[in-house]
Amino acid sequence: MAVVVNNVTFKIGGEAGQGSESSGAGFTKAFARAGLFVYGLQDYMSRIRGGHNFFQIRVSDRDIQATDSGVQVLLPLDIQTVEAHLHEVVPGGAVIMDAALKIDDGRLTDRGVKPIRVPLTEIAQREGGNILIAADFAPPTVAATVKLMVNTAAVAVAAGMTDLPFEYIEQIIRENFGGKKGAAIADANVAVARAAYEEGSREFGADFGWKVKPILSNPRMVINGNQAIAFGAAAAGCRWISMYPMTPATTVSEWLAAHSRKLGIVVKQCEDEITAILMAIGAAHTGVRAMTSTSGGGLSLMVEAVGLAAMTETPLVVVLAQRGGPSTGLPTRTEQSDLQFVLHASQGEFPRVILAPGTLEECFLAGYRAFNFAEKYQTPVFILTDMNQSTAVRAVDPERFNVRPEPIDRGELLTDADLDVLTEPYLRHKITPSGISPRALPGHKNAVVLTTSDEHYENGQAVEEAEMRVLQMDKRMRKADMAARDIRPPLLEGPQDAELTLVGWGSTYGPIHEARLLLEAEGLHVNHLHYFDIWPFPKEATERILGSARRAIDIENNYTAQLALVIRMVTGIDFKHKILKYDGRPFSGDELAQKVREGVLARV
Amino acid sequence: MSDIKLFNNDEKATWCVGCGDFGILASVQWAFANLDLLPTDVLLVSGIGCGSKLPYYMKANGYDSLHGRALPVATGAKLANHDLRVVVFSGDGDGYGIGGNHFMHTMRRNPDLTHIVENNQVYGLTKGQYSPTSQKGFLSTTSPEGAIEVQVNPIALAMAGGASFVSRGFANDPRHLRELIVKAINHKGYSLIDILQPCITYNKVNTGAWYKERVYKLDDDPSYNAGDFDAAWDKAKEWGDRIPIGVIFQDDSRPTYEEQVSQLRDGPLCRKSVEQPIDLLEAIKLEFV
Repeated sequence: MAVVVNNVTFKIGGEAGQGSESSGAGFTKAFARAGLFVYGLQDYMSRIRGGHNFFQIRVSDRDIQATDSGVQVLLPLDIQTVEAHLHEVVPGGAVIMDAALKIDDGRLTDRGVKPIRVPLTEIAQREGGNILIAADFAPPTVAATVKLMVNTAAVAVAAGMTDLPFEYIEQIIRENFGGKKGAAIADANVAVARAAYEEGSREFGADFGWKVKPILSNPRMVINGNQAIAFGAAAAGCRWISMYPMTPATTVSEWLAAHSRKLGIVVKQCEDEITAILMAIGAAHTGVRAMTSTSGGGLSLMVEAVGLAAMTETPLVVVLAQRGGPSTGLPTRTEQSDLQFVLHASQGEFPRVILAPGTLEECFLAGYRAFNFAEKYQTPVFILTDMNQSTAVRAVDPERFNVRPEPIDRGELLTDADLDVLTEPYLRHKITPSGISPRALPGHKNAVVLTTSDEHYENGQAVEEAEMRVLQMDKRMRKADMAARDIRPPLLEGPQDAELTLVGWGSTYGPIHEARLLLEAEGLHVNHLHYFDIWPFPKEATERILGSARRAIDIENNYTAQLALVIRMVTGIDFKHKILKYDGRPFSGDELAQKVREGVLARV
Repeated sequence: MSDIKLFNNDEKATWCVGCGDFGILASVQWAFANLDLLPTDVLLVSGIGCGSKLPYYMKANGYDSLHGRALPVATGAKLANHDLRVVVFSGDGDGYGIGGNHFMHTMRRNPDLTHIVENNQVYGLTKGQYSPTSQKGFLSTTSPEGAIEVQVNPIALAMAGGASFVSRGFANDPRHLRELIVKAINHKGYSLIDILQPCITYNKVNTGAWYKERVYKLDDDPSYNAGDFDAAWDKAKEWGDRIPIGVIFQDDSRPTYEEQVSQLRDGPLCRKSVEQPIDLLEAIKLEFV
């Protein structure tokens, strides 16, 4: 039997509240500890209990940043998971289920899929339940814990079948349930896991064609996009986040809240998103590096204040985690449909910066760089991410996260020493060649700081006169020219003279990268142009690369090809080929490669 | 040593001649000087409207924000730099209409700031539409058959909303008003001053004379105890023939929001370094492993 080593996908599914997410997260961490690369995709519904959720874990010996549509091991915690995902299980793959799960095994064997029936509930009861009873847990607690330990058993069977050494499973269990109070629960889970692991290994291991082999490596981080953005912001000295909970943005503030004491960060949950952005503006006005985070619905409420920050030249960072729209849309699904919104949000014309990270390293960098941009240009900066990137986890080498990737740049911020020697009246909106007005913070005795949402004189007094209007408008817009010089050109991977160029932005980096490798392996000459810094738009690099591209495909998670619209608006270059997906699900690498083959290459 | 002259600037106010806002401006300047505050010790945050133009007409730190949105900007600034004395200026439309949600939630937060509402019971700057505090039946360009809603009672609303200092002033009695502003700024926590302010152009009903006939000072009754919620509630309901002015309710026992944020105990947030210690960040990184 041919055995595939270190290239396997597991999928754990069940109702919300059944524990597929925490089991998946633990399993992911175990693989990372074993030195493997992991990409974990979370998929959940907008409900607390019931429905259908899953956690998909792809394991590899190379750094992967997307899912693969084939599943080798399905771990259904309920019947619905089998119904929803059996078609994804590849021939030779396995479905690990409780002996009692009411599914006709014939449906599996017809597809060449192995039914792996293990008395999971019985093992959980026998091995774990007794430990809990001996530790004097109340019967309802025992019953509830046994129910969750069925997941532990299922994961352990999968580990046993694929040869992941048991120590990694035990380590994660002990960490998750560590502590004095949890000792018995940890012991119970370990006992359950061990018995299930042994059964999986003994009964089904020899016959299973996918194996996992630990690799000696430095420990890897397991992190998702929102955590990476939050960590980047914290590293940049962000000390304020005001927000209103909204999926998929909330975990940015939750991570900061969890570290708020350690880092001295104020996290303020507000009555609505209007307050959230305005409090951040108020805080930023005093000199604090401040941000807010939201999704499209929240940004719709914030829009007026975005212009306020621009007009008063207040540095502001806004994280926008996109989800399916319009309106409430698909609250827990992914989409890249707010690029045009962010580009045009708020009335009038003003400079703005838009960053769209597409890897975890880029998420961290965006969280960090955004504050330098905001303070340097005294204007709103957006970080555009999406549901997929917010929740998907990946194993990353810690070295890839440099906690000070560039110096902290506060722009033209006047220090106390500068102000001590100030003799002239301070002009908050002074006309300067660069467009940047040196910023004094309110509180120093030599500087009265006045600003307004009205058009203003240099001293912050409202003005309606034409000449000053033009001077101030030109001054603000000069900052955009300067910011354009700080924007990185799009990333080009693959041969310069490729016959086909795949173009994307933000979170589609992983799947496009993977699709390119798949197509390349077939002998195709393909390259990949990816935008992480979107606005001010890197015009020259785009004209140079796309202007000479033989054939280019625009790939986006939206209906209207919003990046293609930006490219056309700025450069006049139009895309003949587009691959657009707006079903709320991220692309997988193989799916995208197939679409390129079918949709574009077939039409040569 | 402060002085009222320090707050003068050369700006010519665009208010109508005879507008109540002039008296409010003078009272605010007097109060600041009396509290020995300098123009750079304070931050005046306003919304949009006639009253919200006040920060333009005096020398002091100012942030003129959006219509209805002064309170959250002020709260953010106060929490980020609690050394600043923050005073918010809004009108009845700005503060009780479009900004109503902020009003409600700022009161329960109790940040140490003073909220001055220049309440003229009409929209002035947009030229005479009825406002949330216009009385029922008020005729205006957008209510030609009379306003249908009952008017907002800001005093009762503030008491129900948990405000720790609730007061009412009268623009045409600056002597009383300026003392009231001093009391409000001295109050530790959120303080509301609803100011009856005649709009000489668009409100021909609630005129200076109309108010003058009705207002009476709570200070004149030595037995009145603003710490007694029930007694204050009776005053809050009073409107019509007699309108009380002065401190209606005051609760000094409530801690401010900023006092309860652990991150602010060792000084203002804005004074903290943006350079987090590298070893702390490295340690946090390892939490992900």
